[in-house]
Amino acid sequence: MNRKRISTVPYVIWMALFVVIPLLLIVVYAFTTKDGGFSLENFSELGSYTAVFIRSIVLALTATVICLVIGYPVSYILARESASFQRISNMLIMLPMWINFLLRTYAWMSILENTGMINRFLGKIGVLALLGVDHIQLINTNGAVILGMVYNYLPFMILPIFSVIQRLDRSLIEAAQDLGATGFQVFTKVIFPLSLPGVLSGITMVFVPSISTFAISKLLGGGTSLLLGDLIEMQFLGGAKNPYLGSAISLIMMIMVMVCMLIMNRFGEGEEEAVML
Amino acid sequence: MKKIAFLLVLCALISLLPACSSNAPNGVVNVYNWGENIDESIFKDFQKKTGIKVNYKTYQSNEQLYAVLKQGGVNYDVIIPSDYMISRMIEEDMLEKIDFANVPNIANIDPQYLNQAFDPANEYSVPYTWGVTGIIYNTAVIKDEITDWDALFNEKYKGQILQFDNSRDAFSTALFYLGYDANTTDKSEIDKAYDLLLKQKPLLQGYYMDEMYDKLESGEAAIGAYYAGDALQMMANNEDLRFVIPASGSNWFIDAMCIPKGAVNKENAEAFINFMCETEICLKNMDVTCYATPSRTAYEALPSEIQQNEVMFPSSEILNKCQIFINLPFDTLDYYSKLWTALKS
Repeated sequence: MNRKRISTVPYVIWMALFVVIPLLLIVVYAFTTKDGGFSLENFSELGSYTAVFIRSIVLALTATVICLVIGYPVSYILARESASFQRISNMLIMLPMWINFLLRTYAWMSILENTGMINRFLGKIGVLALLGVDHIQLINTNGAVILGMVYNYLPFMILPIFSVIQRLDRSLIEAAQDLGATGFQVFTKVIFPLSLPGVLSGITMVFVPSISTFAISKLLGGGTSLLLGDLIEMQFLGGAKNPYLGSAISLIMMIMVMVCMLIMNRFGEGEEEAVML
Repeated sequence: MKKIAFLLVLCALISLLPACSSNAPNGVVNVYNWGENIDESIFKDFQKKTGIKVNYKTYQSNEQLYAVLKQGGVNYDVIIPSDYMISRMIEEDMLEKIDFANVPNIANIDPQYLNQAFDPANEYSVPYTWGVTGIIYNTAVIKDEITDWDALFNEKYKGQILQFDNSRDAFSTALFYLGYDANTTDKSEIDKAYDLLLKQKPLLQGYYMDEMYDKLESGEAAIGAYYAGDALQMMANNEDLRFVIPASGSNWFIDAMCIPKGAVNKENAEAFINFMCETEICLKNMDVTCYATPSRTAYEALPSEIQQNEVMFPSSEILNKCQIFINLPFDTLDYYSKLWTALKS
């Protein structure tokens, strides 16, 4: 074995122990019943959770679209700024991630609550009295859950798009301009197609954690509208102890995510490989 | 840059490892307890006295504790489940018998908390705290006098109500309201409780456990069912809160210290349990947790105004109307799981 090979050994062991074996366990569990026999029973039960699947997909898609709509212009503008400005703003974008995710979500909870900061502010300036209500319902709504997702995952959209646009070959843009393209055409015909790999990896990096999120829906959604992540957590650690069903749900979710990524890669074919962080 | 990132990851991983080496001459004891349920300065007192170091972790519900132990790979020496979970663990052979020769302080414990249905011969558990479940509400918002479970299902308080985020406690609120046995295995009764909870769902602000502290103290929510000791902690932070034990009865719970099967430091665990039964320690612990102590010697040492605090020490009249949860048969538990998942999704 040469040196290079040896240096990959720790990584391979790591992956085998903490990725491959758990994945295999999930597959085995998904096809097992409580008595230990093989069965498809867990999957036939999944039908009763259709509402949860649909809700999770809709919320995750909405959050992804919002992230894209907000994230793309930000990355685009950022990529044209000076290097020092980029460094500072990149750090500012990353900064919230230094704080624990749960803490940040708790903070949103106290901002959105009926007696929270926003409602108290609106009350102080008289908006609530004007509308004739004592509070505006912000927390425990689907909107609050989407907000939580967008807030937490937006950096994962901005950074890959930014790094692709930043490394675009300026001469291509100049060539387009020389050939008489308008500013809008330069964007739609040159910049956007070339930035697609970043967009695709951004979409993946937002959609995947969004669809499997838990805790956000519990804290910002009041736990009354469960998402897939919560459903799985409940089967493993919560009141409904059923790791077999939990594994089946996880498996289906993984397949869904894999299908999404395959379709995405199709779109990206012929482009440069998606740039991950 | 990559090297730095690698180092950071490495540091993070190392900090995750449990403290393997310690300077405690007599080893360690690994304690796994409910959140907000002990005065942590007691660990120092214990180490000073015995030379045993306490490693401490917390869980949020009996069900979580059960899941963690069942999955294995953990190494706890002392756990503090509630009554019904203790009997389930005894049935499933998950607990070690305690050697009471090492726990002489059991003599301090009031016999009325020993030999309960969940551990009839009292071989596996030593009572730690007890209390009742009741309704906590904000008198600044709710002007009516709350007396019974119906308040939690009242349209009038829509958007102000909090419900337990665990199946057993949540279902019990409905079962008590309907006048059924909280330990019922009759599926039609459980179904009716489920229907009621389903009707209650649109009235709720949400299903919560420890988050209730914030929601009720800040006035975000006005009414919810919770445990007496925690309610007292909340009342200390918001004077408008009041706690009532529902007139038609409620759940009387006993949390007790147990040793899980295969505990490595069993003798240290027994030393810890013994230490927690010392009168001084019970009193000190009560100051923080606000849960009633099962120790008779500690109770007698309390000032009379605390002894007469009906929230902390409900009279035997009230307790007689309350019910201790027992473990349910396997298929009932399974049924609970199904309905609970359906309710929340």
